[in-house]
Amino acid sequence: MARPRVKAPKTATAGEVIVVKTLISHPMESGQRKDDAGQIIPRKIIRRFEARYAGTLVFAMDLAPAISANPFIEFNLKPDASGELELTWIEDGGEQYSHSQTITVK
Amino acid sequence: MWNRREVILGSLGLVVGLPRPALAGQDNGSGKLIEAFTGGKTPGEGKLSLTMPEIAENGNTVPLTVRVDSPMSPSDHVQEVLVVATGNPAPEVARFHFSPASGVAQADTRMRLAKTQDVVALARMSDGSLQQARTTVKVTIGGCGG
Amino acid sequence: MRRWILGGIGMGLTLGLGATEYPSIPAPEGHPLPELISGYAFRAPETQALQDDDFENPGFLWVEQGAELWATQDGKAGKSCASCHQDAAQSMAGVGARYPRWHDKLGKPVNLEQQINRCRVGAQQAEAWAFDSQPLLAMSTYIRSLSRGEPVAVDVAGPMQAWFEKGREIYYRRHGQLDLACASCHENYGKQLRSDLLSQGHSNGFPTYRLKTQGMVSLHGRFKGCMRDVRAEAYAPLSDEFLALEIYLGWRGNGLPVETPAVRH
Repeated sequence: MARPRVKAPKTATAGEVIVVKTLISHPMESGQRKDDAGQIIPRKIIRRFEARYAGTLVFAMDLAPAISANPFIEFNLKPDASGELELTWIEDGGEQYSHSQTITVK
Repeated sequence: MWNRREVILGSLGLVVGLPRPALAGQDNGSGKLIEAFTGGKTPGEGKLSLTMPEIAENGNTVPLTVRVDSPMSPSDHVQEVLVVATGNPAPEVARFHFSPASGVAQADTRMRLAKTQDVVALARMSDGSLQQARTTVKVTIGGCGG
Repeated sequence: MRRWILGGIGMGLTLGLGATEYPSIPAPEGHPLPELISGYAFRAPETQALQDDDFENPGFLWVEQGAELWATQDGKAGKSCASCHQDAAQSMAGVGARYPRWHDKLGKPVNLEQQINRCRVGAQQAEAWAFDSQPLLAMSTYIRSLSRGEPVAVDVAGPMQAWFEKGREIYYRRHGQLDLACASCHENYGKQLRSDLLSQGHSNGFPTYRLKTQGMVSLHGRFKGCMRDVRAEAYAPLSDEFLALEIYLGWRGNGLPVETPAVRH
């Protein structure tokens, strides 16, 4: 079970650039490790991260197996009006994890 | 093994700073990945920074920051930054997709490095121009932490 | 953490080891070490920065999972931890700093993991969590984190004395094909073992997030790793041997602040 953790301000002033920090518990199984019986452990990673603000894609990241387990992603956002920040982590196989919160712009 | 011509060409590349695979003869595919991104164009330097520790205490979790000096306006902004590991089993690390709403073209993450190697970042701007940055990270192996 | 380090520097309690100075606190009379230095001080700035930021520190994923489990009913009795212990922030404050501790009814000491499982089997009538399972790591990390900043205070008086002695004997006994004792490395702190900078080997940051495994490591899990590294047959996790060693090691670090979840390489 992947668990997202997000740190983003609840309020911002117009024109301000805010920092969004995210962490999600995930093994990022690279597909290059072997188990005790010598069998390759199949790849299972978070392969994509998307950030939408007020419905528009504002930042995305494609992740390869070279990203460490429990992926940490930090990015910036300049919200010009209040809106909903929606974050989505997409795993190999299509499973999705999400987090959303409102940012009020004063 | 390298033949004499490759060694000479390699040294020339080093001297004149031409794009070249980090470790000729042991290319993990990073050369091809970089070429696919640049389309053969030579990237500029100076606007993109790639910040990583000089020495990683453990190669499994190495912090990485990419930042591009850009106005991030609708007409002039960074579209994509590709991070390439020249010494990992597979070259691709991450692609960051920015937009004018990013405000500042910066992203941070943590990556795995199989050994001491060069990490390369490439940025593509909205006008199609390219920027490159490269850094060497030493990975300590051995002892109880390795 | 920074406060403690700065405090140490402020008091002038630093020791020069060659070119490097580490913040430390004085060791009590009769202690085998001249001063006590947290493993934090031996780590690279990037690793320290990960520990210093409660958001960027991945160990907090386990802290949060532990907090959820605290409030989750389990077992035939239909109880959660909170059913008996209410708000952990109050009832568990400082508790993690005092474990392992003597248990009268059992006639032996218990460590935090063992006590968590005693509650599960006894009060909750649930199954004990397996050693190093995610829920046990999460719960022990959560409870220990509620003592963050508190000085480690393992009481080795009275009936604990025999366990302390046993732990000390294990600490100084050479093990494995490499013929090394705990002391062989950790009383040579500040020196390199190949690429590794040796620490004093304290337990104040456990369970700890390791960059290598990119996950939480329990103290007995680390003991196992050390014994593997010296090519010895490890004692079993939660065995009397590792419990005795945990007690002795806890005493060696008495006074150092609990740093759980620490970040180490």
